[in-house]
Formats: sequence, C-alpha cells, structure tokens
Amino acid sequence: MTVWNQIELTWAWLTASAQWHGEDGIPHRLLEHLYYSGVSLLFAALIGLTLGALVGHTGRGGFLAVSVANIARAIPTFGLILLIVVIDYSIVPVLVALVALAVPPILVNTYEGVRGVDPDARDAARGMGMTGWGVLWRAEIPIALPLILLGLRTSAIQVVATATIAAYPGFGGLGRYIIDGLARKDYQLVVGGTFLVVALAVLVQLAFAALRRLVISPGLARAS
Amino acid sequence: MITFEGVTKRYPDGTVALDDVTLECPTGRITVFVGTSGGGKTTALRTINRMVDPTGGRVLIDGGDVRDRRPAELRRGIGYVIQHAGLFPHRTIEDNIATVPYLLGRRKKDARAAARELMERVGLEPGMAKRYPYQLSGGQQQRVGVARALAADPPVMLMDEPFSAVDPVVRAELQDELLRLQAELRKTIVFVTHDIDEAIRLGDRIAVFRTGGKLVQVAAPEELLADPADDFVAGFIGQNRGIRSLSFAGTSKLRLRDDVVRPVTSSDTEGLDWVLVVDEKRRPLGWARGADVDGSLADAALAPVGPTFRPGTDSVRVALDAAVLSASGLAVGVDGDGSVVGVAGGTDLLEGPR
Ligand SMILES: Nc1ncnc2c1ncn2[C@@H]1O[C@H](COP(=O)(O)OP(=O)(O)OP(=O)(O)O)[C@@H](O)[C@H]1O
Ligand SMILES: [Mg+2]
Repeated sequence: MTVWNQIELTWAWLTASAQWHGEDGIPHRLLEHLYYSGVSLLFAALIGLTLGALVGHTGRGGFLAVSVANIARAIPTFGLILLIVVIDYSIVPVLVALVALAVPPILVNTYEGVRGVDPDARDAARGMGMTGWGVLWRAEIPIALPLILLGLRTSAIQVVATATIAAYPGFGGLGRYIIDGLARKDYQLVVGGTFLVVALAVLVQLAFAALRRLVISPGLARAS
Repeated sequence: MITFEGVTKRYPDGTVALDDVTLECPTGRITVFVGTSGGGKTTALRTINRMVDPTGGRVLIDGGDVRDRRPAELRRGIGYVIQHAGLFPHRTIEDNIATVPYLLGRRKKDARAAARELMERVGLEPGMAKRYPYQLSGGQQQRVGVARALAADPPVMLMDEPFSAVDPVVRAELQDELLRLQAELRKTIVFVTHDIDEAIRLGDRIAVFRTGGKLVQVAAPEELLADPADDFVAGFIGQNRGIRSLSFAGTSKLRLRDDVVRPVTSSDTEGLDWVLVVDEKRRPLGWARGADVDGSLADAALAPVGPTFRPGTDSVRVALDAAVLSASGLAVGVDGDGSVVGVAGGTDLLEGPR
C-alpha cells in the first residue's frame, strides 16, 4: 500500500457521511476529546499558575516545587490511568492523569518566568509603592508571560495528544478510532483518528501563536 | 527634613550594616552618602522608605517616624531611583513614568499627559513616549528612571548610584540635568554614590560612611575638602584635595588686568610678552607674542584663546584651568556676550582663596 493510497483511503474515511453523525461520529468524539482536554488543562492551569507564581514571587520552596514537578513528569500516564481505573471506574482517574501530566510544564515555566524577572525591576516596583500582590500582578506576571504561555502551550499539546487514552477504559474521545482500529486491524481508522489528533494539536499551536501576539507586550519581544 | 536617630541595622547573620547613625538631611537640599563599598550607604537610604527596617533607632521624615506609615503608602510619596533604572520592560516609556500616578488611581489620560511633560523636563524627546525600555540607551533609561521618580511630585527623592552605570560624558550631563532640576524643584534628595567627585559636585552636604556602617563625617563639600575628620576621610577624598577645593572658591573678588588687551587695529605691543587681541566688540581672537609682532596686529600670528571663564560665576578652579591651558599663562575672563572683561594669571587667581 503506497502512501498516496493511504491518504486517499483516509480522506475517504474522513469525508464519508457516516462519519459525521451519531455517537461514533467525528463531531461527537471531537467534543468528548475537547471536553476532557479542556477540563484537565483548566485544573492544571489553576494549580500550575498559582503554585508557580507564588513560589516564584516569594522565592521560597522553588527547589522543592521544581524537583517534584520534574519527578512527576517521569510517571507514565498510561500506568497511572490503569492504576486509578482499578480503584474507581470513571472518567475522573483519566482526568487526574491528564492534570498530572499538564501541571509540571505550567508550574516550572511560571516559576522560572517569575523568578527570572530582573531584580532591579522588582526592587523598583516595591520601592515605588506596589504591594506584594501589585508587584506580582503589575510586574512579575506580565514580564513572565512569554514563558508562562510557553508552558501552557506545551501542556495543551501534550494533553490533546494524550487524551486519546480516555478511550482505553471506554470513555470515547478521538482515541476511540485508534483503539478500535487497532483491535479490528482497520488501519484506515487508526490513521484517520491519528490525523484528527494531530490536526487538533496544530490548531492548538496556532491558537497559542495568536494569543502570544495579543497578550505579550512588544517590549518583551527581544527578551523571548 | 529626614532625621536618623541612632539608627542601627544588624542582619540575622550578624552583619552590622549601620552602626548607630545619627544624621540630618535638610529639606530642599541634596545630601550625598559616600564611602567604602559595603559601608552601609544603600542600607541607610533604604531605611528611609522602609525597604529596610532598622533593628535600632528611628528614621523620621519631618518629625514623623516612618514606621508609623504603611510601607506601600509611604513609598508612593517618595521618589526612588536605582542604579540600572529598573524600568519595566513590558511598559512603554510614558507608562513607566506614570507608574506611581496609576498606583494613586489617577486617570490614564492625565497621567500620560503629565508623563510627557516630565519627559521634556528631563531632556527626553517626546517621540520616545511610545517606545519600550529596550529601545533606549543606558543614559536615556536613567533619565526615564528620574522622570518616573518625579511623576507624583514627591517632596523626597532617594537615588542609589543612579548615574554610575553610564559613561563619564553622559554622567556629567545627567549631573547637570539633576542640578538644573533641583534648582527649580527644591526636593529633599538623598543621593548615594561611591564617586567622591560626584558627591562634591552634587552635594549640599556629604555624609561619609565607613565599613561597619559607621558614619565618619558629615559636612558641606568645601568643609570636607578643607578639613577631613580623619585619615580615612582624607584618604577617601584622595589626591588633589587642595586643587579640588578651589571649585568652591569664587572669582567675584578677583582683580582682573586689562593692560594686555589690544584691539586688532592696534600695532602697539610695547614690550609685553603676550597681548590678547580682541575684535571691535572686545571678543577674544587670540594671543600674539609681543616679540613676534611686526606692524599691525591684524597680520600677526595668533595662538588660540583656549578655554575662558566667567568672573563671578565660575570657580577659581575653572579660571585656573583656563590659565594653565592658555598660551600666555593668563586666563581670559569674559562676560555673558563673550566680550573680554580682563585677564588673570595663576598667582592672581591663588591670592583670593589664600
Ligand atoms: N540582606 C542582607 N543580609 C545580610 N547582610 C547584608 C544584607 N544586605 C546588605 N548586607 C551587608 O550590609 C553591609 C552594607 O551593605 P550596603 O549595601 O548598605 O553597602 P553600600 O555602602 O551600599 O555598598 P556599595 O557601595 O557596594 O553599594 C554589607 O556588608 C552587606 O554585605
Ligand atoms: Mg550600595
């Protein structure tokens, strides 16, 4: 089977009208996938941004936070899911696994970004009468934003790609096609599903590029 | 007035950064802190806006203990300028300058208009308002730092080595600018430097700190030069203490000679070594050597006039500098229009101060 052949088959699959309806249709699977990814990312952002910003701002516990985050990266997500699925058969363990996957890049980048703010700028901010929160909000976070966005983007792409495993314990998402395809030796299905996941990751990447342009000050252009 | 009453700062690791410092920084004047590195200058400065809280003694502003004020609120009323400016890289120049007005809740439009006015005051092109700090030179950034500190018109300004990271030419410009601003604004300024020349140039009073946080001497610059309290201060002031003190000697009582000044139309040099040739408005054209003149001064070879001084305005040091660099050894005194008032030689110049 040539590559071209494969592309044609995948295209046929993608455009078949049957793929666009019902429980196993692409729209439904895509929504499931987006929902799992979005919820996990939201929680991961809440945890990672808060911890990263606080640790970076106070300068206390930085080593501990970064070490724990890096060790957490080494935990195989797949194993984590199997482990928690045994304890509680629901989507929650899947989401927990995705959150655990997404927190470290966000936390580490936020921490490094805030910590890396020029000490003179921080000193000036304080010396001109900003409160601790003021320094964080008006100086440290905006200055750290390029790194913070980078962390969020890394996590978002990882989560979008990894959310395919939600299908393993039977919770749908785009992973459904891949797992079903593998089981049925229907490679058209596998390639089609993979294509959708990759396309989604590309869209995430584009969305972040647009976001960068919107929220990052041109004054930081050179620094990042 | 800022008052230090027996201020001591001992850090938890045992370092004594300030040791029982008692000092007054008069209102509307520039007080300069100088001294050895690690002598406690920065620490002393930072006790004023509570960036450092002393472990002993009190700091008062106009009689009120700074510890009775909330730090953030206290600091909004005190200008703060630091060595590398510490501008916010994500904010435009005008928004950097408007930092404190924003904190005080002023309207954005008003704060920006005021920022632009200030930019002009500190010698920045108005076109720079929308630029970002990375697009400015070090000297320009430092000017923004000064403008930012002035934005809320605080009566007190704290400046920690604000000009030490720029080259000597720019530093001199910034010093002039500060003196000019200060003549208008009359702020109470505390200025930290490790450059004794800068201290002498800017200070109305100079406080000398020594390692261990000890205040060794507080005096007006001329007094410090004439009468250093001990060997440490004398050593810190360095060489040329005598010459430097001439910066404070005025030239208003100087007796100027007029006998060597000749119009260009003249040919009379009657046994003088040098004559100063002037045009019809008495502006100096150059020095002619008496022995070389043969006929009209208009045809004579002229040595350049070199630097001149303004009698009554410039110091003896400036006049002496002009004398040393003059072909004739005589300093040329000119008025505001550049017309020659008279000349003075080295011995004439040194008579006054002694
Ligand atoms: N947070 C701190 N903890 C411990 N020691 C400190 C701390 N900050 C300053 N010191 C010490 O206090 C002393 C005075 O420091 P300070 O910064 O006031 O000196 P300085 O006169 O401004 O020196 P320089 O000219 O180098 O800026 C130094 O010995 C310094 O090491
Ligand atoms: Mg210092």
